[in-house]
Amino acid sequence: MSLVNIAGLHKHFGTNHVLKGIDLAVEEGDVIALIGRSGSGKSTLLRTINGLESIDKGELVVDGTAVHDGKGDLRALRQKVGMVFQQFNLFPHLTAGQNVMLAPTVVKKTAKREAEDIAKEVLLKVGLSDKFDSYPDQLSGGQQQRVAIARALAMRPKVLLCDEITSALDPELVNEVLAVVQQLAAEGMTLIMVTHEMRFARDVGNKLIFIHHGRIHESGDPKTILTNPETPELANFTRAVM
Amino acid sequence: MAYQFDFAPVFENADLLLQGAAATLGLTAAGAVPGIALGIAGAICRAWRIQPFAALFGVYVEAIRNTPFLVQLFFIFFGLPSLGVKLSGWEASILAMVINLGAYSTEIVRAGIEATPRGQLEAAASLALSRAQTFLYVVLRPALARVWPALVSQVIIVMLGSAVCSQIAAEELTFAANFIQSRNFRAFETFFVATAAYFVLALLVRQALMRFGQRVVVGRPR
Ligand SMILES: Nc1ncnc2c1ncn2[C@@H]1O[C@H](COP(=O)(O)OP(=O)(O)O)[C@@H](O)[C@H]1O
Ligand SMILES: [Mg+2]
Repeated sequence: MSLVNIAGLHKHFGTNHVLKGIDLAVEEGDVIALIGRSGSGKSTLLRTINGLESIDKGELVVDGTAVHDGKGDLRALRQKVGMVFQQFNLFPHLTAGQNVMLAPTVVKKTAKREAEDIAKEVLLKVGLSDKFDSYPDQLSGGQQQRVAIARALAMRPKVLLCDEITSALDPELVNEVLAVVQQLAAEGMTLIMVTHEMRFARDVGNKLIFIHHGRIHESGDPKTILTNPETPELANFTRAVM
Repeated sequence: MAYQFDFAPVFENADLLLQGAAATLGLTAAGAVPGIALGIAGAICRAWRIQPFAALFGVYVEAIRNTPFLVQLFFIFFGLPSLGVKLSGWEASILAMVINLGAYSTEIVRAGIEATPRGQLEAAASLALSRAQTFLYVVLRPALARVWPALVSQVIIVMLGSAVCSQIAAEELTFAANFIQSRNFRAFETFFVATAAYFVLALLVRQALMRFGQRVVVGRPR
């Protein structure tokens, strides 16, 4: 069974029919890039996977647990699904280390000493072991985003959702964050990322999904469909962004 | 003949003024700590619409914000004994200050909570924090830090407002000043000194509370 299974998923915001029947299966170790125009529903789709958005119709199963049947324990689910946001969303009153330690200590009741070890390990992984005691406003955007990745990793998620995590960064800071994601992918982390970095999607992703008007308009091997798009919409889109 | 200023009769009673100032400070501390705690509780109920407390706090806030402090004080001191609740001047003063500050700080703290960026709540939810954990570890400190200057101002307002507690024989600074001028008939000099004393007290309390806020609430001493 797939790690994430989405079938016939529909989502409305009022009268705005945003997701119009999404079917998607994500296997362990997949690195999936979601692309598409602004407003096409990429973020909404990503946010339904950890229950930040509700759904109106369809099925969404993560690691054997139905997310939206009303019975499922959202908090248990969210321990398996990490998320990294465009705007970092670090907690400003906590140091990098405290940001990372918060969820393990509070949610998983991990002992402080052990949580500290975890925090050191994940901060080392994102190349910031020397920033343990720095506050977010003392870090660059790229560093803040790497702390946010470390914070998600500290919960040992089975899948990591990334919503345009380099879009708020100055261009010279994009690569340090992408390098971290690339390393995670190489280590076998399951990733679902909304991105406008087409080269990254092509080189690191093993599946590319083009969302158009709330539907999966085209999907497949990144190199193949970016070089030879089947639909004129994807061809137009890649011409516009590459 | 022009009025001859003479401050000596005032300073002869410096001990009374100092006692009064200390009492004013004491009243303020005794009113501020529970008052702000009440405000935090009210703000949580209001911000998260925890019924029926949200509605009760709503009525309470409007009742206090739209009536004079002196009347609130008289109600507690002169009115409550009819219901069998007899309080001393001090007790009534502290209770009135707690109730008054509680209402205003409910609204101040609520504004701080509601200004929490949505991304903070989404980040906390994504990390599987519960609502209570989110409030305690993510929302509260930044919210208090955001509105701390407004809370401090409100505490100062309540401290200055405590002057009317002299009306129910709480022997604070204004009571002392009144007592002194009734004996030496130096109203101008006495109230001039009392005014200056309030001014200095207000500056000191503001300074101290802002420092406390920087250290404890913001948590990053500068
Ligand atoms: N919380 C919301 N309330 C109402 N409409 C929303 C909300 N979030 C997104 N939308 C709408 O849903 C559509 C898809 O948005 P989104 O998923 O953010 O697109 P994308 O991430 O592809 O740019 C847009 O029309 C957007 O305005
Ligand atoms: Mg988006």
